[in-house]
Amino acid sequence: MTTMRQAFVETVNDEIAADPRIAVVTAVISSNEFPQENERVVDVGIREQTMVGVASGLALAGLRPVVHSYAPFLVERPYEQIKLDIGHQDVGAVFVSIGASYDDPAWGRTHQSPGDVALFDTLPGWTVHVPGHPDEVTPLLQQALKDDNRVYLRLSLHANTQAYPVGEGFTTVRHGKRGVVLAVGPMLDRVLKAVDSENADVTVLYAATVRPFDANGLRKAVQNTDHADVMVVEPYLEGTSSHLVSETLQQIPHRIRSTGVKRHAELRNYGTAEDHDAAHDLDVVGLGSAVRSFFRG
Amino acid sequence: MTGDEKHEWAAASTIDVLWVLYDKVLNVTPATADDPDRDRFLLSKGHGPMAYYAVLAEKGFIDESILDDWTSWDSPLGQHPDRVLVRGAEISSGSLGHGLPIAVGTAIGQRIAGSRGRTFVLVGDGELDEGSNHEAIAVAARLKVANLTAIVIDNESAMYGWPGGIARRFAVEGWQTAEIDGRDHEAVFTALTAPHDRPYAVVAKIEKSY
Repeated sequence: MTTMRQAFVETVNDEIAADPRIAVVTAVISSNEFPQENERVVDVGIREQTMVGVASGLALAGLRPVVHSYAPFLVERPYEQIKLDIGHQDVGAVFVSIGASYDDPAWGRTHQSPGDVALFDTLPGWTVHVPGHPDEVTPLLQQALKDDNRVYLRLSLHANTQAYPVGEGFTTVRHGKRGVVLAVGPMLDRVLKAVDSENADVTVLYAATVRPFDANGLRKAVQNTDHADVMVVEPYLEGTSSHLVSETLQQIPHRIRSTGVKRHAELRNYGTAEDHDAAHDLDVVGLGSAVRSFFRG
Repeated sequence: MTGDEKHEWAAASTIDVLWVLYDKVLNVTPATADDPDRDRFLLSKGHGPMAYYAVLAEKGFIDESILDDWTSWDSPLGQHPDRVLVRGAEISSGSLGHGLPIAVGTAIGQRIAGSRGRTFVLVGDGELDEGSNHEAIAVAARLKVANLTAIVIDNESAMYGWPGGIARRFAVEGWQTAEIDGRDHEAVFTALTAPHDRPYAVVAKIEKSY
């Protein structure tokens, strides 16, 4: 199966040939995936802050920059440049990361970025996509390249077995009466398995786009259940979207269970992504336990 | 020095270069402030923008009447310039180390567009402490960004100084360089209009006046 990264590269290379507005800025990582002879492909070396500054300048000059690197080097290291050079300058860009929270934990904490979406969440005006399947990457990216806004596209090595339509808010994957589970991106398959394993009578919503947050979609789903109980399963820092669930349901008594990469301590183990999923209760067993305890009664 | 004194010193240090730039060098006016072919001046050293605002006002980019009310609730003029609020300001600045990388991208963008416009960026010697500048210095030379001029106001603000001189930091990466008296308008003009076929750094020395 094509990976999300491959889908990203192929889409950009198709579009850069067709649209003279599009530019690519990299800091070594993935740079050889793009046509080096194209003057709109700029590799700045291992210089991430400059990568974002250069992207800002390209945007100021009228181009549509795609900025790409491994998640911590794209988001955390140049965070102030994202805040000021992109946001405060009021220019647009498409940021595309690989690595996700811990796609390859053998590389240790330096290559893990569970806080990336939370960081973007502190900044106004960003659209955030977390696709759950490679086939969702191309339509999300094609739309982003046409627009002038600020977009973060978070790619992962982990994917669901099937793609869903993107760009129209949350997708209802399954209907139930006991409550709602919102599954973000690659979490959907294991959420469905966990729900099945617990015979939980819940609605399952799927989100490949988390910002803007589809408040209407969530509200309608909750209205069609017997309990305003919402479990959010995100593949990044737990609780990242909890404030938006609360805002959405502020007029009614409700309960929230936030599930994601735990915040309480830095996990210094290496191992595999599956090891880390288990440690964060993001595997089917952990999610099943959360479903069972939260939707009890 | 207090914070306010530092900002006043920053403004006093840049005023001569800013004036020569806008009076004799830059191909930009209020009427052409949105022209893609204009020269672009990026004030990276956003501290102490009083001199910048004064020059913009004198050249008609902003109304002189708003100067006295600066930093008030309703004023578009703050202690650091905001490009969304200030006509003629190419970037919002204040956090150091951002302008030079942005300028590299702007100059590359002009080159891609086939524009005859040039990019000028002003940084301080203290600001050069930020590593992002050195990344940009290196990449500008590697990418042969010849339509870029960096002006370094050297008013000896850097905490630990620059042994061997600032110009050498640029020259070793392949920039053309010049060192001038930042108070000498004729020298500033001559330096800023000198031909160059690679990125160009002009170090403008400002003697401490306190």
